[in-house]
Amino acid sequence: MTKHATPLLDQLESGPWPSFVSDIKQEAASRAENPKGLDYQIPVDCPDDLLGVLELSYTEKETHWKHGGIVGVFGYGGGVIGRYCDQPEKFPGVAHFHTVRVAQPSGKYYNTKFLRDLCDIWDLRGSGITNMHGSTGDIVLLGTQTPQLEEVFYELTHNMNVDLGGSGSNLRTPEACLGQSRCEYACYNTQDMCYQLTMDYQDELHRPAFPYKFKFKFDGCPNGCVSAMARSDFAVVGTWKDDIKIDQEKVKAYAGGAIKPNAGAHSGRDWGRFDLQKEVVDRCPSHCMKWDGAKLSIKTADCVRCMHCINTMPQALRIGDERGASILVGAKAPVVDGAQMGSLLVPFVRCEHPYDEVKEVIEKIWDWWMEEGKNRERVGETMKRLSFQKLLEVTDTPASACHVKEPRSNPYIFFKEEEVPGGWSRDLAAYRNRHQR
Amino acid sequence: MADDKDVVVEFLNSKAGTKSKFYFNDFTALFPDKGPRDVKKVLTKLVNEEILEFWSSGSTTMYGLKGAGKQSHAEGES
Repeated sequence: MTKHATPLLDQLESGPWPSFVSDIKQEAASRAENPKGLDYQIPVDCPDDLLGVLELSYTEKETHWKHGGIVGVFGYGGGVIGRYCDQPEKFPGVAHFHTVRVAQPSGKYYNTKFLRDLCDIWDLRGSGITNMHGSTGDIVLLGTQTPQLEEVFYELTHNMNVDLGGSGSNLRTPEACLGQSRCEYACYNTQDMCYQLTMDYQDELHRPAFPYKFKFKFDGCPNGCVSAMARSDFAVVGTWKDDIKIDQEKVKAYAGGAIKPNAGAHSGRDWGRFDLQKEVVDRCPSHCMKWDGAKLSIKTADCVRCMHCINTMPQALRIGDERGASILVGAKAPVVDGAQMGSLLVPFVRCEHPYDEVKEVIEKIWDWWMEEGKNRERVGETMKRLSFQKLLEVTDTPASACHVKEPRSNPYIFFKEEEVPGGWSRDLAAYRNRHQR
Repeated sequence: MADDKDVVVEFLNSKAGTKSKFYFNDFTALFPDKGPRDVKKVLTKLVNEEILEFWSSGSTTMYGLKGAGKQSHAEGES
């Protein structure tokens, strides 16, 4: 029997998918039973009250959470987000229900001991409810009270060797795909770059001095398993310069049906015979492929690294050997301005430890954005307000055709006089000799 | 550094009647000859000395004098 009647939430459990409502009810029952005999440090019925306040919000169609506050651990400007309920008498279990963000292991590799230890801390000192993972990628521990914060922080850092993540006007918890640890498409060591930059930028992670949030994400290839170019202010996306490697015999095997396309991913239904021309060549967005029935050819200069052909025929096509990454800047969800995808800034950068070439770009962007950015303005908005050309200037990136998003309507690049041979001045007499009035 | 810290504290005291929380950019304006990274060092020192404290909405962080503005006990916390 739950503490509050929750008919609207109960309805959510009737769908075909696993329900967060069922999960919270399960946690409420577990805390009430207390099988481990824990001395709970925050109210035992907080999951019940969490359901209660959510049901009230569904009924009234408005939130009952107050945002923010002076909560955190000493010296850190991020990692803890204050949450207070504006109906504390009705729902005392969640009157103070702060969120703790914890940096996830690179590539989100866990062992069971880590997860068990994390849950032990949170069962005792928090609500027992977690979100694995938040949209920035970190482990989110939902709901505790101020006196528990330093205790949780101590146990995480001293016993589990893991740090708080980012929140507020900070560098947010960097995130990487699992990269070369398991994926043959990874063009650089995403986990290593993510770890190295996390360690190098500890000050930016924990002591806020940016106009607003700033996110790094590291994708090993353009498949984008952590959606870097859609969700991060600074996206490092693996790419290669040379040709896609083609094994013509394997291509024929795919064409003949000996190897299943997409590594057999669509085997749950009969889609008919694999048609290489229709399903690969005709779907190439830049039309850079040709198949004559015996040989597949790719014009590398026109390839946009969409990954479709490689994903479809992974045994026949492989990423090139001259590997590195592209850097895209400015992706964001809507707040001040609308949602944006990242804009290509550096077409190709080598990704070798200790990643100085990448760090050089990052630091130039930060210096500019910290000076010019308005409060609560993401770097993508600063870039839009002051022009992409300005970003090229401050990062010492030479303008090139690949920076032009839409020729004519949005050329981005306006040449300066000193960049044009001969400047703006011209010999009018010589011109008139060639052109009559 | 001591003088710089005084500039920050005097600025915050002068605003005590009207505002208790300030954006980072409010402090860079106090030091036109310094870059943001130098201003950050001054603020970090003041936070470590428990003269300033952070306020966070979750998405944005602000600085204020310790004890100024709405504190957690005003929300009913111990």
